[in-house]
Amino acid sequence: MNVIYILCLRQLKRYFRARSRIIGSLGQPLLFLLAVGFGFGPTFKKAGGGNYIQFLAPGIILMGILFTAVFSGIEIIWDRQFGFLKETLVAPVSRFQIVLGRTLGGATVAIIQGFIILVICLIAGFHIEKPALFPVALLFMFLCALMFTALGTAIGSVLEDMQAFPLIMNFIVMPLFFFSGALFPVHGLPKALQIAIRVDPLTYGVDGFRGALGEVSLFGIGMDLMILGILTVILLAIGSYLFSRIQL
Amino acid sequence: MSEMIEVHDLVKKFGDFYAVDHVSFQVSAGEIFGFLGPNGAGKTTIIKMLTTILKPTSGSIRVDGHDPVRDQHQVRSSIGIVFQDPSLDGDMTALENLQLHGVLYGVSAEDRKDRTEKLLRLVQLWDRRKDFVKNFSGGMKRRLEIARALLHEPKIIFLDEPTLGLDPQTRNLIWNYIRTLNKDKNITVFFTTHYMEEADRVADEIAIIDQGKIVANGVPGALKELTHSESLEDAFILLTGYAIRAEEASTSDRMRTLGKVWGRR
Repeated sequence: MNVIYILCLRQLKRYFRARSRIIGSLGQPLLFLLAVGFGFGPTFKKAGGGNYIQFLAPGIILMGILFTAVFSGIEIIWDRQFGFLKETLVAPVSRFQIVLGRTLGGATVAIIQGFIILVICLIAGFHIEKPALFPVALLFMFLCALMFTALGTAIGSVLEDMQAFPLIMNFIVMPLFFFSGALFPVHGLPKALQIAIRVDPLTYGVDGFRGALGEVSLFGIGMDLMILGILTVILLAIGSYLFSRIQL
Repeated sequence: MSEMIEVHDLVKKFGDFYAVDHVSFQVSAGEIFGFLGPNGAGKTTIIKMLTTILKPTSGSIRVDGHDPVRDQHQVRSSIGIVFQDPSLDGDMTALENLQLHGVLYGVSAEDRKDRTEKLLRLVQLWDRRKDFVKNFSGGMKRRLEIARALLHEPKIIFLDEPTLGLDPQTRNLIWNYIRTLNKDKNITVFFTTHYMEEADRVADEIAIIDQGKIVANGVPGALKELTHSESLEDAFILLTGYAIRAEEASTSDRMRTLGKVWGRR
């Protein structure tokens, strides 16, 4: 058995054992899907936008992935405070192996969470228009999961404790979601909002994922994939670098 | 006897403050070496430098012939560490904690299985092997950490206040394992403690450190003779003075409180 695998496995075990956490983290996407999805549905239709659940569901699935992934990464703070991080950092293995194992584990957990939300969306009336493109949709889920776990790792590596947690939540995670075009169509918006949406990495995730599930993609799936791929590599590099600099 | 740990003129500065101030000492292979000192004397800082966690400001260290700064991996493979603070994953079972450790240290699956059973029986946790570590008492966690530190058969084991906060029964038990291991497997033991009678009973050799400097070292008897005292505790007080040292709460202490409030682990 190797180091990357066992650390990845650890993340998965922890996820499946914390059942209250799984259910808890389903609450928010579910709330958005039901309250916002069904609440704005009629207005969206009247404005000529079509079926709102079809539009919203991809964004909600990625929202679940975003939250789970960032938190998986941030778990480093807990591991550090409860000492377990030390156990891995003094072992005769490279830091890169450790961060890779943790990130892959976190990303896998996030994808599983995304799948659960996808199933809920299907029950709520969402349908996949182009099943043939589903592997591409999976690729988008995977890239988003990896990218945001790496982001969480980067944050968790520089923070000493959980004091800054609300800050991360309100100034990083929530804006990433709200400015991603997950809730509303991007065209016809004020300039400032347009810019915010363009710099949000999740925008390209939502756009491409939506396209791959059979809805309209604004930038084109290929372009989305490329941008997302590049951003994922960059964030993985930053996350690994910051992790390698952790001092005990 | 060959030297397992050699420290020469070691210095660690934090800003202008000398946490470790030109310290030299040796530990022979197979020896039980006790490192004593009041709070904030620099014990943990020295352990951190010996175990590759912290880089020294200057001076040289050899652990099993390797330099902890340059040959991190070699040093890490030949040592086992029990930290002052717990470092187990509470959300995993005792068995899983050991498995993970074994994989990290490259112990083969077969050896892992054999040794895990042997060690868990030794520290009397075999019956609890499938329980989550978060449900263990402080003493059980300590015993598990000692078993874990021995899983990869290190040549040296570092124990930073291994018996802190444990009842006399558990302390006795833990020192018995350590002495057994030291005799049977010839493992070199490097430990710190506040309990003087413990050090007196267990250690072959003792060094007393205060304000970053070694103030005395030798066999326990010699230290008592040096200060003309009855017990090691008296010798210790005579050597380090009566003043009580101030120590700030670390972030981990504060976090642990917060963690309890949040109901995690």
